Amino acid sequence: MVEIYNFVVGPLAWVGWGIFVVGIIYKLIYMYSLARAKDYSSLDYMSLPFSLRSIFVWSIPFYATNWKRNPAMTVATFLFHICLIAVPVFLLAHVVLWQKFFGITWATLPDQAADYMTLAVIAACVFFGVRRATDLRARYVTSYKDWLILILVASPFVTGFLAYHQIFNYKFMIILHIVSGLAWLALIPFTRLSHMFLGLFTRAYAGSEFGKVRHVKDW
Amino acid sequence: MQDKSAWNWEPGKRVVLDTAKCKEGFEWLEELQASPDGEKCAAVVNLGELEFSVCVNGENWGNTYSRIWYPRFGPDGRLSALCSDGMEWTVAVDDEPWEEGHGYLFNTKFSRDGSVIAVALQDDMKYGMAKDGEAWENLFDNANNFALSPTGNATAAAVQVEPLDQADINKFQGGIFSVAVDGRAWDERFVNVWTPVFDPAGERVAAQVRKTLYDYTIAVDGKIWPGNYTCVWEPAFRPGGGIVAPVRSGGKWGLAEDDNLIWDAKYFQCWHQAFSADGKVAAAIVSPKYGKFTVAVDKAEWGLYFPVVVDLVLSACGSRAAALGKDEDEMWTIMVDGAAWPGRYARAWTPVFSPDARRVAAKVETNGKYTVLLDGRPFGQDFDQVWDPVFSPEGDKVLIRAVDNGQYCRIVALTSEF
Amino acid sequence: MGAVEYGIQNRKVDDIGLIQGAARLTPERIQKTIQKVLAGETGAKLKAYSEICVRCGLCAEACHFYMSHDGDPSYSPVGKVKQTMWVMLDKKGKVSPEFIYQAAQVAYTECNLCKRCVQYCPFGIDTAYIMLVVRRICHLLGVIPQYIQDTAHSHASTMNQMWVKDDEWIDALQWQEDEARDEIPNLRIPLEKEGAEIMYSVIGPEPKFRTQLIMQAAVLMNEAGMDWTMPATTGWDNSDMAMYTGDNEIMARLKRDHFECAQRLKVKRIVMGECGHAFRSIYDMGNRALAWRMHPVPVVHALEFYWELLRDGKLKVAKPFEKTVTLHDPCNVIRGRGLHEKAREVVRAFCPNFIEMIPNREHNYCCSAGGGVINCGPPFKNVRVQGNRVKAEQLKATGAEVCISPCHNCHGGLEDIIHGYKLGMELKFLIDIIYECMEKPNAAE
Repeated sequence: MVEIYNFVVGPLAWVGWGIFVVGIIYKLIYMYSLARAKDYSSLDYMSLPFSLRSIFVWSIPFYATNWKRNPAMTVATFLFHICLIAVPVFLLAHVVLWQKFFGITWATLPDQAADYMTLAVIAACVFFGVRRATDLRARYVTSYKDWLILILVASPFVTGFLAYHQIFNYKFMIILHIVSGLAWLALIPFTRLSHMFLGLFTRAYAGSEFGKVRHVKDW
Repeated sequence: MQDKSAWNWEPGKRVVLDTAKCKEGFEWLEELQASPDGEKCAAVVNLGELEFSVCVNGENWGNTYSRIWYPRFGPDGRLSALCSDGMEWTVAVDDEPWEEGHGYLFNTKFSRDGSVIAVALQDDMKYGMAKDGEAWENLFDNANNFALSPTGNATAAAVQVEPLDQADINKFQGGIFSVAVDGRAWDERFVNVWTPVFDPAGERVAAQVRKTLYDYTIAVDGKIWPGNYTCVWEPAFRPGGGIVAPVRSGGKWGLAEDDNLIWDAKYFQCWHQAFSADGKVAAAIVSPKYGKFTVAVDKAEWGLYFPVVVDLVLSACGSRAAALGKDEDEMWTIMVDGAAWPGRYARAWTPVFSPDARRVAAKVETNGKYTVLLDGRPFGQDFDQVWDPVFSPEGDKVLIRAVDNGQYCRIVALTSEF
Repeated sequence: MGAVEYGIQNRKVDDIGLIQGAARLTPERIQKTIQKVLAGETGAKLKAYSEICVRCGLCAEACHFYMSHDGDPSYSPVGKVKQTMWVMLDKKGKVSPEFIYQAAQVAYTECNLCKRCVQYCPFGIDTAYIMLVVRRICHLLGVIPQYIQDTAHSHASTMNQMWVKDDEWIDALQWQEDEARDEIPNLRIPLEKEGAEIMYSVIGPEPKFRTQLIMQAAVLMNEAGMDWTMPATTGWDNSDMAMYTGDNEIMARLKRDHFECAQRLKVKRIVMGECGHAFRSIYDMGNRALAWRMHPVPVVHALEFYWELLRDGKLKVAKPFEKTVTLHDPCNVIRGRGLHEKAREVVRAFCPNFIEMIPNREHNYCCSAGGGVINCGPPFKNVRVQGNRVKAEQLKATGAEVCISPCHNCHGGLEDIIHGYKLGMELKFLIDIIYECMEKPNAAE
């Protein structure tokens, strides 16, 4: 078990993070050069102020018309994304790893808070799952990939939660947690999860066209 | 074409017509037209309900009509207009109507020297052209894209050779359009035909055609280029050479001559190709970057880019080129040989080269007033209205036709007056 | 999953263009064409949209088709993408002629390209763009509803939307000039006035069916003292159904003709009548197809022009229009250009009894005629009328006697909706009201 643990926090972590970082860089370069070659009549209208305006406005819960129309989804979405990023980044146990391997450190969340936030992520995933199964608007366009992604996203949080609370076998669970977390990272550039970074650009583009060319709000 | 050396080139200003006085006795006076030599100024005038005439230098034509429109001086100085007595239409040239009347006449065209006048015509919902009063023998269900050869010897148009029932998309896609030259249609049928153009001698015709909804090419006297393009623009005959047309391939534009690319298809846009009189120099308006236009002369781009470039002209010898550029603030700049003149103007008109190509003049507008620039320098006065400048045969004087304080005047300006 | 019952397969409409077009297809041609478009004409935009869409369905309520069909998800924007583009992408173009038929019906007749859904998607995914790519593929495959295809043929052959011949255009103008002189004796429609400030352009149906609009515009121009002209050549028609069939080459050709007509006349700007899609073609899509970043000659939509005239005191109100009115915001000039406040200022100036419909401004529902849907003709009339029950409800809730619709396609669409749902409303262009209520200093006694 120890060897496996050392492997997953060592070489496998390098691989996971490596794919994540290199994958994103590759994807951004690829998409940008593709856009330059094929989407020049869109790319040319990008505007930094309107891009930022759009991203900012859509980052405020209940501001955009559609956030107002779907309160449960809005709460779940914002809670989910905030916790999804904050917990892995500011969890004490994670920061300790950064300190151990790279000697760097930063502020951390109290464990209790992180625990609640983890539960929030899991709850949001349950909400998304239930919605996907029951709300026709989502169900109609759902494929098996959407379920896999949901499971993929939920698993590091579920396993992390179980590990933290020492439910089932801790060592096994922590390895599962790390592996699923790394898989999640590594898959971001190549799946729907790429909305993490590409979504900023589509949002920025919509903001630019609506702001600069159409002179209307895009929210 | 009038012999310009016979014009009065005595320097100075002469008032030809006081338009304010001219307005008396009319309900209204329409847009003024100036003759090429500046000696005449004409306009359609309304004399009362459904009674129109043409007033030339203050004198009305003897004939009146219930409607007159499109009065224009041809290059030879004759004034023609489209006139109707309420039933039929005719062309009146210097107050002489063509003998035969027609259902409708429009789109007056002049041969290069002005000696031939042609119009598009409709009779009993059939379409064709008439030249100096002679109508085509065959008329068509529709005709458009009318052309008169530079020498005036022939006319051509894109014609619909078969009737088309409402929403009959299959018949349309089978090809019902062709080119008719002097009323005789080519045997070939196309999905669409646009812009037939004549060679300088008026013996050959080239046109853009669409063979299917997707395949474009150039047809020359009925024979199509074998190459397929995703789009083409109007062809032009290169003097002493082949037929040159902008073509689109792989999503970009280039120039093809007789179906061979002579300028690689690398532009976002490429059009308005022009040639020197000997055909050795080729130029075109191109967009090497999306949204940025410039002029390329023999493929070499000018280093000046504008969102809009229009009115490319080459001097006859081909050694010089000029065009207009419009910037983001909707202001116009005149470019000559790749360099911009210093001024920016609310509007600018097509630059004019002197016969020896040494000088360039152009009409411009600033603050609602008009003047003429010579090599970038304005004439000492601005006017309420100005026509395009004309150079004397030696290029040492510029004829300015202008309206100043309601007076139509003719000014022969020395180049030193700019 | 229980959602299989929803979809285009349940509501196929017979149309000659679609039937005959699909019958000519082979799987090889379909695959080749789709791959050609995906590789040659689309890029990062389509890729990103397809990849990052998280299938949340939040766009559904943006769409009047969805809102009018009791929650049938196959009408939602993402539902339409699922039935068209995703399949083409997943199968790399290996789809059947039957699939193309259905995809064409979805893309041409169940989406108005109104872009309301862009405002509802958290990622700003432009479903209208995706539907346009589907239409582009269908155009290249020759599977297009008959009537809109015929309209595209007209555009290609006459440079206008209604097969208007060159002389018919001029004749219509001269006729309207005569009509207008009954009221304004010295009125002119100046043809081919080179160097005028303004070229006024209209859409094909105006000289054909709605000639009074030309007359009213001429009265407005004359009474406001504008220096204006209209061309006697092609280029007068600003409309563009080729943009909507996916025939981008003809779209470009039309816009070139239009703008070069204005450039030939050396006007400073083009003022266009109350049309929405033409504005989109001139301001957004056609210019880009020609590599003009923005319109090469400034184009001012009628709504903005009226507002300008009012602001400058050139247009004055002689009497108020007393009936209660509501205003329909046309997508292409409101969501497409942000003219909603200017439109309201003009409406309020003339109509003291103005009632907003809800939602409004850039959030207004489309008329369901736009995007070329009304041009798909009689076979699809019910598709758009039934597909816009929500509009009928919206109109009814205002209780207004008159609906102002400053767009031709909206006009056609709303007419059918008002009739179909028995709303008993009067429908007007804004110029109808302006013409009726403006000061006319040159009018005959």
